Amino acid sequence: MALEQVLLPMVGKILKVNINVGDSVNEDDTIMTFESMKLEMPLMANIKGVVKEIKVQAGQTVEADQVVAVIEY
Amino acid sequence: MDFSEVLKSTAFAEISLGNIFMFAIGFILLYLAIKKKYEPYLLLPIGFGTILANMPLGDIITDTGLIRIFYYGIQYEVIPPLVFLCVGAMTDFGPMIANPKTLLLGAGAQFGVYIAFFLSHAFGFSLAEACSIGIIGGADGPTTIFLTNAKAPHILGATAVSAYSYMALVPVIIPPVIKLLTSKEERMIVMKQLRPVSKLEKIVFPLVATMLICLLIPKATPLVGMLMFGNLLREAGVVDRLAKGAQEELMNIVTLLLGLAICFKLRAEDFLQVKVILIFGLGLLSFIFSVAGGIMLAKLMNLFLKEKINPMIGAAGLSAVPMSARVVQIEGQKANPRNFLLMHAMGPNVAGTIGTAIAAGLFLITV
Repeated sequence: MALEQVLLPMVGKILKVNINVGDSVNEDDTIMTFESMKLEMPLMANIKGVVKEIKVQAGQTVEADQVVAVIEY
Repeated sequence: MDFSEVLKSTAFAEISLGNIFMFAIGFILLYLAIKKKYEPYLLLPIGFGTILANMPLGDIITDTGLIRIFYYGIQYEVIPPLVFLCVGAMTDFGPMIANPKTLLLGAGAQFGVYIAFFLSHAFGFSLAEACSIGIIGGADGPTTIFLTNAKAPHILGATAVSAYSYMALVPVIIPPVIKLLTSKEERMIVMKQLRPVSKLEKIVFPLVATMLICLLIPKATPLVGMLMFGNLLREAGVVDRLAKGAQEELMNIVTLLLGLAICFKLRAEDFLQVKVILIFGLGLLSFIFSVAGGIMLAKLMNLFLKEKINPMIGAAGLSAVPMSARVVQIEGQKANPRNFLLMHAMGPNVAGTIGTAIAAGLFLITV
């Protein structure tokens, strides 16, 4: 089993977290929505696997390239 | 006192057809602002101000009238540079500094300005009018107002309303041009994350840009100078109160004054000319060609670049900040869900603001 880190591609605020630890996700599933410059954007899983860890919560401001979740595959 | 005397003291008898037409335009602008949320911060004051400015006997546009006095702020070129100061305080030039190539794209998106300039002149507008119409395609309200005031103040109502209306329509105007000029493969190009930009670079940028641009194109100094001053307030890190004041309170105040001041040129006798329809048509062409210019330049650059850029970010050279960049992000994610172009598009976007101010400066020198 390997771990894949999901990074937020730009500075932004997490609006909604759609996953829980232990959930199975498919590639391109929307795992979170975030906002940057007043634009709401979906963040997709980059790989099929199981959510191992969630490092952020809704309302939190996150830096570019910060890890927001870890997926085990 | 009989009834007819009372009626005479009211303004009803003085209403002209032109006034009624302008009332209708005022209500349409209010509808667009309130119901459609099109640029509400500008179109709402402009819509209401249009109604006020067309009140017969209203004493609001006479020599000492309120709107006339606000208009001095445009006439003496005070308000547009102040808006630029606030925009500077709100703008992060980081994405452009991280990827200076995007400066070129900001310049490429001025293409429509020149196309519309030549077309307008061909349609019989004077050179001074033509450059005021062309600059609409820079998608920058304060710059359009600044240049039109200097060159052709009699069409200021039309160029300002046209610029702000099309800016509200950026999400409708950009996508079809993108689809027409780019292939699916090009739209899917993923761009590497931008490098972080140091604080020192961000402080040095407004200083270097001021020295360079203002010496090169002196007529652009009021706009570029204020833009860079506002940006220095933001980046210096020692005058946060001033930076915040410019971003919020001052921005709100100058926006209000600008919206109402424009209405001086939205009086029936100024606004209602056949030319107005032509100005709106040419303004739209100017927008479309600016978007196309940015995209085509990006495609041209890709012929020489090892690391390809997504040509869509060229469309964000249309300076309506940050709307064009947002549209590019949305279109990018449609082509490739994991493509995040927002920050890449901010580079040409902020460069476009500078580019339009420079284009205005060049017109002031040459035309």
